[in-house]
Amino acid sequence: MEGALNATDSSTLGVSGARKPPATLRRSQRPRERLAGWPIADRVAWAACWVVGVGVSLVTAAIVLLMAVKGIAYLHPALLFEHPSAAVAQSQSGGFLDPIEGTLLLTAVGTAIAAPLGVAIAVWLHEYGRPAGLARATESAIEMTAGGPSVLFALFGLILFARPVLAFLSQTSAGGSVSGRSFLTAGAVSSLLALPLVVGATREALAQLPARLREASQALGKTRARTIRKVLLPSIRPGIAAGVVLGMGRIIGDTAIVIFVLGATLHLTPAGGLPGLSALRGEGTTLTAYVRYNSPAGEGLAPNKAYAAAFVLMLIVVALNFAVVRLGSGSRRKRPFARWRPARAGSAQ
Amino acid sequence: MNQDPRLAPPVRRIIPRQAGTVVEPRSEPAPSAAAAVASAAQPAVEPGVQSGAWQDPVDMPAPPRAPTTTHSNVVERMRLESVWLAYGDRWVVRDVSLPVRQGEVLALIGASGSGKTTLLRSLNRLTEITAGAARAGHITLDGEEIDGLEANDLRRRISMVFQQPNPFPMSVFENVAYSLREERAARRRRRRAGLPGRGPRGDQLRASVVEALRRAGLYDEVGDDLDRPALGLSGGQQQRLCIARSLAAGPEVLLLDEPCSALDPISTATIEELIVGLRESVAVVIVTHNLQQAVRVADHVAFMHLGELVEYGPSQQIFEHPRQQRTRDYVSGAFG
Amino acid sequence: MEWLLRAITISVLVVIGLIAAAILIEAWPSFEHNGIRWFFPGGDVDQQLKAMITGPQEPARYNWHFRGWPLIWGTILTSGFAVIFALPLAILAAIFIVEIAPARVRRVVEPAVWLLAGVPSVVYGLVGLLVIVPWVEHDLISKAQKHSVDYVVQLTGENVSVATAILTVMILPIMIALIVRALQTVPRTWTEGSVALGVNRWRTIRRVSLRAARPAIIAAAVLAMGRALGESIMLSMVSGSRGFAANPLDGATFFFEPVRPLAATIIDYAEGISVAPLRHTLYAMGAVLLVSTALFSLAGWAVKQPLKRYGIGT
Repeated sequence: MEGALNATDSSTLGVSGARKPPATLRRSQRPRERLAGWPIADRVAWAACWVVGVGVSLVTAAIVLLMAVKGIAYLHPALLFEHPSAAVAQSQSGGFLDPIEGTLLLTAVGTAIAAPLGVAIAVWLHEYGRPAGLARATESAIEMTAGGPSVLFALFGLILFARPVLAFLSQTSAGGSVSGRSFLTAGAVSSLLALPLVVGATREALAQLPARLREASQALGKTRARTIRKVLLPSIRPGIAAGVVLGMGRIIGDTAIVIFVLGATLHLTPAGGLPGLSALRGEGTTLTAYVRYNSPAGEGLAPNKAYAAAFVLMLIVVALNFAVVRLGSGSRRKRPFARWRPARAGSAQ
Repeated sequence: MNQDPRLAPPVRRIIPRQAGTVVEPRSEPAPSAAAAVASAAQPAVEPGVQSGAWQDPVDMPAPPRAPTTTHSNVVERMRLESVWLAYGDRWVVRDVSLPVRQGEVLALIGASGSGKTTLLRSLNRLTEITAGAARAGHITLDGEEIDGLEANDLRRRISMVFQQPNPFPMSVFENVAYSLREERAARRRRRRAGLPGRGPRGDQLRASVVEALRRAGLYDEVGDDLDRPALGLSGGQQQRLCIARSLAAGPEVLLLDEPCSALDPISTATIEELIVGLRESVAVVIVTHNLQQAVRVADHVAFMHLGELVEYGPSQQIFEHPRQQRTRDYVSGAFG
Repeated sequence: MEWLLRAITISVLVVIGLIAAAILIEAWPSFEHNGIRWFFPGGDVDQQLKAMITGPQEPARYNWHFRGWPLIWGTILTSGFAVIFALPLAILAAIFIVEIAPARVRRVVEPAVWLLAGVPSVVYGLVGLLVIVPWVEHDLISKAQKHSVDYVVQLTGENVSVATAILTVMILPIMIALIVRALQTVPRTWTEGSVALGVNRWRTIRRVSLRAARPAIIAAAVLAMGRALGESIMLSMVSGSRGFAANPLDGATFFFEPVRPLAATIIDYAEGISVAPLRHTLYAMGAVLLVSTALFSLAGWAVKQPLKRYGIGT
């Protein structure tokens, strides 16, 4: 192709292409700003962006490093498998097996409730959304939940689950009063934290689906419900998963609900009934409550244990973050930050 | 004080024109068509500009015989000398040399992927904000290398209108005032360059906006309510608003990248009329897929194919007596 | 299927509505007994709360006396300043991530911000308590300052400045995330069109991108305000755990005075929640938080409305 072009008669008016490409080029591998000509205020602002952007990363690095250094210094494998005990000396207060189990259990319950509800709401909002008033009310309710303080959810949970009707979810004391505190109740309250994230991620994934997918399925005579179940939901699985993982992150990080609705006890306290369900109906604790308990603000007074537990907590958070990135990269079509460069190398003709 | 060319903004057009003034090209007005041709061949040189920079390279296109249409003022403003453009390792424009003249419309035609738009974007250094893009060769504006000018000053002098109408999410007034307000931000630099320190404000700003809208032929349609949202206009109106926005900055060269491809025939006709009317005051370069449009608006036509400039000449010659077989094929194919 | 989904939606909606209703109902007795003075200054809050626990336990003789101003003031100080500080920082950081950072830098900064968003608040509290608080206590507060106010309050590293600073860092990533998403959706044709008019990149960002992102910036501020108001654990750890109304008239000492916002107070008194008057008072604090969060949402919504006319924020 190039040969054919180069064969063009170059003597003709305004004709090009006969010569070899030049050796030196003014390359702009990445758009370089030439700030020299800018007003000073603009240059200051540009620099401020750099300072803040790098500064935020440094803060993250500092927290992660601190946690890693302290965590590795104080974390022994034994701590992960020992039950905690109420001893005053740090050397005798045991490990944090119970908080780890509690974190896993609470997250599992919360996610198990939030995921299906969130997906259902998102699908309803995106695919049906009628009457419009109900849809709008749902949207703002979900938005409020996203911004809502977890301590409010905790206070609410305490009222709701202390009702005798819901006594089967927790324990009832000898005096007949319902504690309202158990993994089931705390998980239900925690699901409110994860719910908006699941709804948001699912809606976004649905909105990104090409319309032809829906049309094609319906053109084949499938009902709307079948289309949703068999076509739409399977294709947005990574999006839903990313939302669920984000939601898990919020449940794991929360402490207020644990203190009010899970009891923040030292051990898991299984309560009667079937072996599997007993732990769920009992009170317990999580890593976050354990960290607080052992911090100078709590009664455990074992800062080393607090650091070690916080380190484990951070490891979980980092792992979840990676999971979100992995899931996100599969579903996110729009390369973020792709501006200032062409969509394809030759987007301009 | 004015030594650094980046500090010294373009001397003329950055000052918004007063309503009603005729836009003058940089050279002395040429009184006749013959003189116009002469001045095109012998580019106007401002005092102080080294005329040595104007030596024609060996294979620069010879001056055209005669413009298809005769205007009183045809003045060469820009010159491209063996311009090469690449995205990454792929050459998209190969060794193009062209003059750009005020007083006439230059159309770049060619199939998709022929490098027209990239070439157009390189004229005001928009290719610089595209990663991986690279350029070789010389582009001059009034004899000055465009690389020597401050990029934003250059873009103010060489304005661009895009394929898709892209008015900002503001009112009609704010859209047109956008670049005028920017001049206030640049006043410090202007003062250093010995220019009046302030951009227009108040009534003066309003007058400049109205004038730009008039020149773009939009004022009669939107003049009653300049505060209406720009995104509420029709496609054709939006595109004319974008032209008005570009004109408000007082550009010397107007680059149009397929400005009508997203519009209906009536809007297209309005804009074509507008383009032909503008050529007196600014040098116009238009990229188009639409050959009929090139016939209607262009005085000179450059046909590009796969990154090469195949043929350049007066519109009539390109469409009626093309010299190159490839041009003939392209033009006749389009004409059936 | 539609009816099933709608039923689920409605029931979740009902539960969310119940949250507000339940908290307000449970809060009512406290407001009823104190009236508008609930919000006023008057005495030591901590003593008032403790008196509810130690007071008589028959319903008729409950000790209801409560003057909440120190806690409200603490909430205003910490949340207000955290949002005021975080907003410009978040905007700059978001611009940096979307528009400025070279690809290699961005690949580090972006995950760092997301990670920061995931750090549990108890970890912030721990870092604050074990690292920042001792530093502030030993190196920043002078003996003279401690001395000057020790007749009312003890100055420690747990104070309003530390609380606000950590809160700022905590709410920063959520704001950045929201603004980043908005900036990413600004059409390239707008920014390119502005650059093609000879407006430099920074001013293009300011005048076009940020302008288009205004609804997201407002939403970010509202969401961050909600988070800041409701942040309980971290604040209960580092804010001084003392119901004291830090007084700006104290000059430089003000920055080291303890405060305890409403949400942190709820956590601090969690153990006494079985005592009826205290429980109702804690729910009343929750109700104040609930109503203020709702008011901020409403205000954000109202501010966003006029922007729709010009085609942004729809």
